[in-house]
Amino acid sequence: MSEQNDNPIRAAIAEAIADNPVILFMKGNPDQPACGFSARSVAALQALGAPFAAVDILPDPRIRQELSALSSWPTIPQLFVKGELVGGADIITEMYETGELAETLGLEQPAEAPESSPEGVPAQAAPLGIENRLG
Amino acid sequence: MPSPDEIRQRIESALPGARAEVEDWTGGGDHFRATVVAEQFEGLNRIQQHRLVYDVFGAEIGGPIHALSLKTQVP
Repeated sequence: MSEQNDNPIRAAIAEAIADNPVILFMKGNPDQPACGFSARSVAALQALGAPFAAVDILPDPRIRQELSALSSWPTIPQLFVKGELVGGADIITEMYETGELAETLGLEQPAEAPESSPEGVPAQAAPLGIENRLG
Repeated sequence: MPSPDEIRQRIESALPGARAEVEDWTGGGDHFRATVVAEQFEGLNRIQQHRLVYDVFGAEIGGPIHALSLKTQVP
């Protein structure tokens, strides 16, 4: 498309999305996220041990502008898996908690997922003891 | 600067029948958190559901509304 030739930033973004099976556009980098939403998204991916590419959108405001034009998604971060937009921080967090993120990435949900501890269930359920039946 | 109540009303009038709860997340008037329950979300994936809500605000997201954190549900 001539449109893409005229727009090298958008073309570079599209290429990065196509070349990397898992890619996160974020503020800052994974070691030093510059925004809480980006930090939350990185943490979810790292908790799953997912390898991912990361692009810092801060150095040039045009990156964010072109990315949002391409994805029709207004906010940062944005996670793409196999070329498809999966979502921003809210969706990533929600999918992490339900195990869908691991599924989407083809990974195992770690057993120690903090959100998985059921609430309202006593840590030590009363054992179904024999004395109950003795009445 | 929009108030949480204004944001709620705009979501509810753009998606008739929807119920929205909006709070100012940081107290600074530009980071909001919304839970939206709408029949319009039926059959849509999360991305599409969130887009329906984001579309209400267009370019205001990232501008005067720095962040709008969303949770969407079908009633």
